[in-house]
Amino acid sequence: MGASEPSTVTQTQPDASRIAPGVVGRLSNWPWWLILALLIGLILAFQIVTNQQMSSAFSAVSAGLGITIRVTLFAYALAIVIGLFVGLARVSSNKIVLNIASFYVEIVRGVPILVLLMYVAFVAVPFIAELLGIRTRDFPNEVRVIFALAFAYGAFESEVFRAGIQSIEKGQMEAARALGMSYFQAMRYIIVPQAVRRVLPALGNDFIAMLKDSSLVSVLGVEDITQKAKLYAASTFLFFQTYSILAFIYLTMTILLSRGVRWLETRLSAHRR
Amino acid sequence: MTDDIIIIENLEKRFGHVRAVDGVSLRVKRGSVVVIIGPSGSGKSTVLRCINHLETPTGGQIIVDGMRLTHNSKDINAIRAEVGMVFQQFNLFPHLTALENITLAQKIVRQRNPDEARQVALQQLERVGIPEKANNYPGQLSGGQQQRVAIARALAMNPKIMLFDEPTSALDPEMIKEVLDVMQDLAKSGMTMVCVTHEMGFARNAADEIIFMDKGQIVERGDPAMFYTQPKEERTRLFLSQILH
Repeated sequence: MGASEPSTVTQTQPDASRIAPGVVGRLSNWPWWLILALLIGLILAFQIVTNQQMSSAFSAVSAGLGITIRVTLFAYALAIVIGLFVGLARVSSNKIVLNIASFYVEIVRGVPILVLLMYVAFVAVPFIAELLGIRTRDFPNEVRVIFALAFAYGAFESEVFRAGIQSIEKGQMEAARALGMSYFQAMRYIIVPQAVRRVLPALGNDFIAMLKDSSLVSVLGVEDITQKAKLYAASTFLFFQTYSILAFIYLTMTILLSRGVRWLETRLSAHRR
Repeated sequence: MTDDIIIIENLEKRFGHVRAVDGVSLRVKRGSVVVIIGPSGSGKSTVLRCINHLETPTGGQIIVDGMRLTHNSKDINAIRAEVGMVFQQFNLFPHLTALENITLAQKIVRQRNPDEARQVALQQLERVGIPEKANNYPGQLSGGQQQRVAIARALAMNPKIMLFDEPTSALDPEMIKEVLDVMQDLAKSGMTMVCVTHEMGFARNAADEIIFMDKGQIVERGDPAMFYTQPKEERTRLFLSQILH
C-alpha cells in the first residue's frame, strides 16, 4: 500500500493539469487539505477569543501546557543520552556489553509504552526506591513518567544512533585509527559527530512523537493538557469544546515542530558535500 | 638496532579459508622507498594494512622501528602514530575543515597545544602546495586536493614511515600528477615509504625496490630499472604486459 500510493499521486497530478490547463489545473494542485486545516484552526482560534465556553475551556486545558512541555523535554533529553550510549553499546565488539544493550532494546520495543509507563511507575520505581532506602512517595508521579518515557524512547533512539553510526563509511574509522586515535577517540571526534548530523531529522521526528506520547501520562493522573482536558470535560460536559481545543493545541505544536524539522533537514543537506 | 625500520617475517593473513597473504617476508631500510605491485586480490594492500595493524595478522611477525606488533592496543596506537597512512579513498573527515583534519590527531594523540598544531598543519599544507585551502571543507576540494590534504594530515604527525595504499587510483587523470609530485618530493626528503601503486613513472623515479606480488606471495623483487625491462618470472612478464600495454 505504502509503495503504490505515492506513485499514483505523482501520476495523476501532471495528467490533471494536461486535461484542464490554466486556472482549474493550477487550483487542483493547491494543498487544499492545508487550507482546510488552517481554516478550522482559524475558526477555533476565533471561537477561543470570542466564545465564553471555548475560552474557559482553553484556559483550563492550557494550564497543563507547562507540564506537557516539561515532561516532553526532560524525557526526550534523557532518552537521547540513553539512546546514544546504548547505540554505542550495540555496535560494540564486546559481547557482554552488546548483549546487555540488545536485551534492553528488544524487551522495551516489544512492550506498549502505556504498559511500560505503569510498570516503571508502580513496579520499577518503588523497587529502586526500596533499594536506595528512599520512600516511594518522594518520587512524584511527574518524575516517574519522565523516567518511564525516557526508558521507552531510549530504546528507539538507540536504534536511530546505531543506524547512524553504522552508516558512516568504514574508511573513517580506519583513517582515525591509522592516525593513532583510540577507538573511543575515533568514536567521539569522528564517527558520532557525523552520525548525529545524519540522524538529526529522525531525532526531530521522534521529538514530535514524544510530545504526542506525553499524553499517556494522564493515565497516571499527571496534570498535563490531556489530563486537564479530561477533568474539565468531565465536570462541565463540554466534551466537544474541550477535546477540540486539546487536539488543536497538540496539532499547533506538532505542525510547528515538523516545519522546524523540515527546515533543519534542508539546511543540513545544503551543507553536505 | 638494525637499519631495517620494517621487518616482516613470514606474514600470513587468512580471511576464513582464503589466504590473502601467504608467507611474505620483507625488510624495508630506513629512508628507502618500496613499491608493491600486483594484480587485484594479490594481497598487496593487506600487507600494507598489516604494517599498522588495520588488519590483524593470523601468522608471522612484524617489527616496526624495533617495536613488535602485538594485540595490545596501547602498543598498536603507539606504532600507528609513527606510521602515516594514505588511502585510496582519501578518507578525510568531511565534518572538519582541511586545517581541522590535520590538527585533530596532533592535539589528541600527540598532545600538542592548539597553536603548535595549527602551525604544523599550515606548514604541511604549504608543503603539499595548497595553503589557501586551510579553511575549506573536504567536499569543497577536488580529489587531488583532498588526497594532498590527506598526505599533509599524515605528515603532521611526524611519522617515521608513510604507507600509501593506491593513492592515485580514485583520481581523475589530470589530478594524478599533483599527488605523485608530492610523493616524489617526500621520497627525496628521505622519508621511508611503502607504496602500493601501479604508477610506473613514480616507481622508476623514486623507488629503491619493486616488489611484485601474486596470490598472497612475493613473486619477484628488484630495482626499478631492471624490473620493468628484464623481469625474471613469467608471471611478472604477463602482468607487466597487461599494465604497460
